[in-house]
Amino acid sequence: MSESKVFKGRVIAKGNFKGEAVVSHEGFNTLASFQKSALLNKKNVIVSDQNNKDLYGKDITNKILCLPITIGSTTGGLVIQTVCNMKINPRVFLFSMPIDSLAASGIVLAKVWQNSDVICVDNLGEEFLNTVKTGDTLEVKEDGTVTIL
Amino acid sequence: MIDYKMTLTDEQKEILEGKKGETLKKIMETVVLFGDIFDAKRLVPVTHLEGHLVTSFGIPLLHPLFDTMKELNDQNIKAKGGFTMDPRPLDYQNVKCNFLEKIVFNKILYGKQKDYEEQLLKAGLTDKDSFSCTCYLKECGNRPKKGDILSWAESSAVVFANSVLGARCNRNSGMLDLFGSILGLVPEFGLLLDENRKASWVIEVKTSKIPEAQILGSAIGLKVMEDVPYIKGLDKFLGTEINDETESYLKDMGAASASNGAVGLFHVENLTPEAKEQGEKLIKEGAKTYVIDDAELERVYKSYPNMWKVKDADPELCLIGCPHLSLYQLKKWHDDIISSLRANNKKKVNCRVVLTSAPKVVNEFKKHYEDMYNELYRVGVTISSICPLMYTNNPLVHSKAIMTNSNKLRTYSMARYFKDEEILRLITK
Repeated sequence: MSESKVFKGRVIAKGNFKGEAVVSHEGFNTLASFQKSALLNKKNVIVSDQNNKDLYGKDITNKILCLPITIGSTTGGLVIQTVCNMKINPRVFLFSMPIDSLAASGIVLAKVWQNSDVICVDNLGEEFLNTVKTGDTLEVKEDGTVTIL
Repeated sequence: MIDYKMTLTDEQKEILEGKKGETLKKIMETVVLFGDIFDAKRLVPVTHLEGHLVTSFGIPLLHPLFDTMKELNDQNIKAKGGFTMDPRPLDYQNVKCNFLEKIVFNKILYGKQKDYEEQLLKAGLTDKDSFSCTCYLKECGNRPKKGDILSWAESSAVVFANSVLGARCNRNSGMLDLFGSILGLVPEFGLLLDENRKASWVIEVKTSKIPEAQILGSAIGLKVMEDVPYIKGLDKFLGTEINDETESYLKDMGAASASNGAVGLFHVENLTPEAKEQGEKLIKEGAKTYVIDDAELERVYKSYPNMWKVKDADPELCLIGCPHLSLYQLKKWHDDIISSLRANNKKKVNCRVVLTSAPKVVNEFKKHYEDMYNELYRVGVTISSICPLMYTNNPLVHSKAIMTNSNKLRTYSMARYFKDEEILRLITK
């Protein structure tokens, strides 16, 4: 059995959660990824961004989304707030880089206006994203510790 | 009350404590928590109070947006200095849609448009003609001055305001733009601070002729991503004074750099205000260099994918004006199209051509250049204030062979990019 790997980041929205990782190695286009499922009022988000080779067609609802940053339209923050309101959001956002302003506004909007229990940690480092794989089980602690089990 | 790190004044604390009402408390919480993430030390006053908002479209999926707007309207909370908006997504009069497209637009994609525009007017929208991504053009009137602090979103407007006007604004998200405009306060970080306005890239333009603005901006954006570039060698082509022609060029170059990368500020040596004042003092120690010559521009241009379903299809629609065209550009496209049609002995353009420009610019064009306006319609060119991006954000439009000279539109849609001279040839040959 392989050894657990532990990473430490900065807490943006705190919480504890254990679940399955879904990994995007490239910038995650928020609007393109969430648009279809949110528009059609689906119970799960199936990533609809055809340019995202890692996650296109994958279910990311209630999973732990691992990504470098978000990219795309400046509506990105509102879209994160929307999927959190619909409760079809990834339960945790884990950023390898410092969080971008669009994702940051989305997380803050979801916490303040939707009272969402979304969890977010940033600055986990490049090695985290190089190590974690889709399907891995991760444990996220409220102090920003992320363990790949 | 929330835990926060930045220093707040007593008045700001009162809002955060809910003494001015629950809604303003949540607005303040959002702005403060957002600023804390970027280590802002304090909130600073917005000195150019007229905001600019990016979320101009009533797409039903954004229901928290409509709920928040309702809450603001119910309590008569407004932006202190009003605001302008990005362009509307629809204009059936000038950008024709078939029956099926109208159903998709009206019932699914933009079904909340009418209600949303009413909410916007109550929250401080300047007027019904304030829908354009180029709010900063003289005709549009939302034009900050050097040193002004803004609460704007829309990447192309932010990069123009920072770079060409010397104002100060971060690349904000939708909703944060409105909240800053309501409070008249924004967190002080990023491009609001002198140290972050210095360049970590030197761009050396060594082309044999003036580069296509949209490709130059794209090349810069793709290389520097979110960093600040200091561009040398462009003043040789653009001169050293900002005028209508150079503004139009820098508008298009900036939009491409902001959408192909994430540039929020650029400096052009001997031309843009901070570069004129400070020169090479704006360049950080250890800045990297990127040389752009004819071959490099061509390499970048050739890298753009052709997303058309039928790769060599005849173009069905040509969209020119993302970001919206200036008055100078409307006149130039008129002159170029008409003279090229005459040279080719043709009376009409080869496909539907739509020039997009701000309502207030179009009004000026109609008023002062009525003959040109009518002549364009006679040859099959229409003028609209639609957002080409929103229009093409429709699965039914994806299969159409749309051409554009906009690098932003190319990036976010299936439209295919062509240089200005190629577009002219394709629509008038």
